[in-house]
Amino acid sequence: MLAKTDDDRRISVGLFRKVVASPEIGALVGAAVVFVFFSLISPDVFPNIVGLSRVLDPAATLGIMAVAVGLLMIGGEFDLSSGVMTGTTGLLVGLLAVHAGINLWVAIVTSFAFAMLVGFVNGYMVVKTKLPSFIITLATFFVFRGVNVGVTRLVTNQVRVAGIDTIPGFELARTLFDTEFQFAGATFRTSLIWWIVIALIASWILLRTKVGSWIFAVGGNPDAARASGVPVKAVKIGLFMTTAGAAWLVGMMTAFRLRSALSSQGVGQEFVFIIAAVIGGCRLTGGYGSVIGASIGAMIFGITRVGITFAGWDTDWFFSFLGIMLLVAVLLNTYTQKKAAEVHTPKAPPEPEPARSHPETPS
Amino acid sequence: MNEPIIQLKHISKQFGTVIALRGISTEIYAGEVTCLLGDNGAGKSTLIKILSGFHRPTEGEYLFQGKPTSFASPREALAAGIATVYQDLAMVPLMSIWRNFFLGSEPEIGRGPFRRYDIAFAKRTVKEELGKMGIFIRDPEQPVGTMSGGERQSLAIARAVYHGAKVLILDEPTAALGVKQAGVVLKYVVQAKARGLGVIFISHNPHHAFVVGDRFVILRRGRIYGAWHKEGLDRDVLVRAMSGSEELDALKHELDEFARRDVQK
Repeated sequence: MLAKTDDDRRISVGLFRKVVASPEIGALVGAAVVFVFFSLISPDVFPNIVGLSRVLDPAATLGIMAVAVGLLMIGGEFDLSSGVMTGTTGLLVGLLAVHAGINLWVAIVTSFAFAMLVGFVNGYMVVKTKLPSFIITLATFFVFRGVNVGVTRLVTNQVRVAGIDTIPGFELARTLFDTEFQFAGATFRTSLIWWIVIALIASWILLRTKVGSWIFAVGGNPDAARASGVPVKAVKIGLFMTTAGAAWLVGMMTAFRLRSALSSQGVGQEFVFIIAAVIGGCRLTGGYGSVIGASIGAMIFGITRVGITFAGWDTDWFFSFLGIMLLVAVLLNTYTQKKAAEVHTPKAPPEPEPARSHPETPS
Repeated sequence: MNEPIIQLKHISKQFGTVIALRGISTEIYAGEVTCLLGDNGAGKSTLIKILSGFHRPTEGEYLFQGKPTSFASPREALAAGIATVYQDLAMVPLMSIWRNFFLGSEPEIGRGPFRRYDIAFAKRTVKEELGKMGIFIRDPEQPVGTMSGGERQSLAIARAVYHGAKVLILDEPTAALGVKQAGVVLKYVVQAKARGLGVIFISHNPHHAFVVGDRFVILRRGRIYGAWHKEGLDRDVLVRAMSGSEELDALKHELDEFARRDVQK
């Protein structure tokens, strides 16, 4: 430890170490590995533009969520209600527009305001009670899981709100949130554009604005952030609202794509978002990570899901495969980060030496 | 220089039935290092928490730049120019040096939605400011967690100085450091003083204090036990005053006794 104090003895950071220690690298390697793997299994259908468009379809909505959840995780919090909220927001639009006869756009905006409120309440409860966000949002998750089914059944006597495509304005809304377009001979969806734009903006905010620094700081050491004048509570609440906002966007995409809203929509997805962010290099305890990495994590999901279908395997195996991949990716991340540990990952603060109160001190 | 930057008049602080401080009167001058010494529980922490705006005194007057002051929060004190570098350091270990240096007061460029962190300026400034204090870093991108304890303390001091602190309160900056690193930190304490800051150096190590201090205030059991100027002061006086000469004599006697018995065996 003492040897490192002297500047001339500090090990210079090589390019290799820098690359290896960047948060995205594990995800990038993982994506390459699964891509090559499935390309070898299905060489005819997988590694081409059509295959890519198929991969990007599930990756896009997942990626939007992974970006928001990744930011939240870097800020040191979890949101287990993020999956169920993609259902709640869609159901709300359906119930308001189809069953209450409210204008579609008013319903969409109301749904957004509702998502913001839920995000705010999640964040407010976390910063006020200082309880782990895991518990707070687990409660939110169960509340809405119940509400989604309960209210839907009460109003429609079914477990879904159908007929969203009969509402005036549906086509325009669908164009905005989820429509298909042709590119280079393959079919893509607008969700892909949303994803790319959101990931770029989020990455810019995280790395190039003061708010980004605040997000890293509130996740890395909230006490230090507070002492430095960072509005810790506002940042955390804002991150919960961002996640809820992303859930609203994905909720709209799903509802307009399926032309109906399912009361079970999004349940269980919250862990998929978190896993994508973790594969992307976001630290579980906060303070470190990347939204580009989280997006690559979402890509890995897309590749795997489509890859298994193309390979002709039973899709029942998807989740087992996912579990194994998660483990491998996390181990890989830990390994690559450890590789650079001497220079790049921080060690625990040095063991305090006993205070010197004897005359060997310099004078 | 003649006008004290901080003046405390009969400051007392009570927590419930516990009297943590009573009748503390002292002055802090710009361009001087005032050492606040005392054993654990002497009231050092309470006093600096009053100075830095965490607590308000139960009794007494706190004058900052000649005006009676009552800070509602540490942020208010910081805004007025009283910066405190705590032992546990207000740093984010996973964040880079430049992000830490400007945390909470980030320089920005651009307009409207394109308003962004002026990263080039931040990196350049960190290098320059640390350079002025004799700390040379290769890469401002390096996480603070990879720096040594002494370097982190020095960085915290440099940050406070850069952000316009008039008074710098250092809470046991050398307590967890080895001899060499403590020496490095003491160097920056002297530099902060040379830049005209009023430095309050809290320590329970009279040896470190003696090297950098101009004035010494010893607290014992919530009261001022004694105050000295550096001129003509012998270090042993300080050591003895701090640990309590009777206790030290008793300890010395005891140790001598052990040594004598060992020789006899």
